[in-house]
Amino acid sequence: MGAQLRVYRQKIKSAQTTKKITRAMELISASRIQKAQARVAASTPYSRAITRAVSAVASYSNVDHVLTTEPEKIERAAIVIFSSDRGLAGAFNSNVLKASEQLAELLRSQGKEVVYFLIGRKASAYFAFRRRASVRTWTGGTDSPQFETAKEIGDALLESFLTPASEGGVDEIHVCYNRFISMLVQEPEVVRLLPLEVVEGVEELDSKTVLPLYNFEPDAEKVLDSLLPVYIESRLFNAMLQSAAAKHAATQKAMKAASDNADGLIRDFTRLANNARQSEITQQISEIVGGADALSSAK
Amino acid sequence: MATPLKVSVVSADHEVWTGEATMVIAKTVEGEIGILAGHEPMLAILASGEIRITKADGAKVQAQADSGFLSVENNTVTIVAGTASLI
Repeated sequence: MGAQLRVYRQKIKSAQTTKKITRAMELISASRIQKAQARVAASTPYSRAITRAVSAVASYSNVDHVLTTEPEKIERAAIVIFSSDRGLAGAFNSNVLKASEQLAELLRSQGKEVVYFLIGRKASAYFAFRRRASVRTWTGGTDSPQFETAKEIGDALLESFLTPASEGGVDEIHVCYNRFISMLVQEPEVVRLLPLEVVEGVEELDSKTVLPLYNFEPDAEKVLDSLLPVYIESRLFNAMLQSAAAKHAATQKAMKAASDNADGLIRDFTRLANNARQSEITQQISEIVGGADALSSAK
Repeated sequence: MATPLKVSVVSADHEVWTGEATMVIAKTVEGEIGILAGHEPMLAILASGEIRITKADGAKVQAQADSGFLSVENNTVTIVAGTASLI
């Protein structure tokens, strides 16, 4: 076998092996999207109930809460980046990181100092590679987010928000995550989490449904006090679930593209290999014929 | 008791129980509260503890809820907790 032919055969084999892997990953993430989407759907009643309750308190009491009041001067802003633990998801992680860089630039141009909270191994690797500091990182478990993690993140963010800026706290918190729009479209989304601006953000209540006059127990202030952190946790949890679903969708898309690409490569290399084989045969024939000619003319 | 209460118990990641009931007993930070049909609209913070639901047919459902709140309006009771499970 000629050297050229062997090289092509090797390349075909390697493309075939890669295709097997990417095909498997495509199928795995396809099945995980379903699960992730179901989890997003399952958490909807919770966030709906909380949103409703928060809007009820907010609209029926004029309580000024520390989490809803805008600080006079914003010195430091935090960006929370939701990335994934694993790559091979196309532009998934770079999209969200790019969005956060843009946001950071905007915030810096407004004279704010920017600090980071990172979720997912990819974001922390991105920061570690550039030797940039982050306040806290959470890695592992981005594929199937747990509510406990959301709670932990929420607690850390609240603590940092409630610390005055002069002591290292932040005055403003933004979150950056990939929203799952459809199997084909995932878009990075940037939302300001704190101070809370529009309370009825997640789900617009019908204008017809009049919220009843609630009785608060123990009182409106205390209810708001315990509701708002929960509301924030539910927003974070939702972001994590969205990001997980988007990650699986992005992986599926990327792996599908990779498998298709492998198909193309295999086809092209097969053509080339056939070509090489054919020209090898042609050469052998001409050598034999040339040899025979030489022999017969020598007689 | 013409209209039964619509009760739903939801936790962060799923709906724990939903259905119709005649009475709901829950533990708020101020003490235990029993809710029957026609209760006034209310929002209360739950203490971690047991929730007892008496269904329309008299059967009982018990659930454990942790760190959440309870809202009552138009004969709809929503119990929202970070973690909740049926016992």
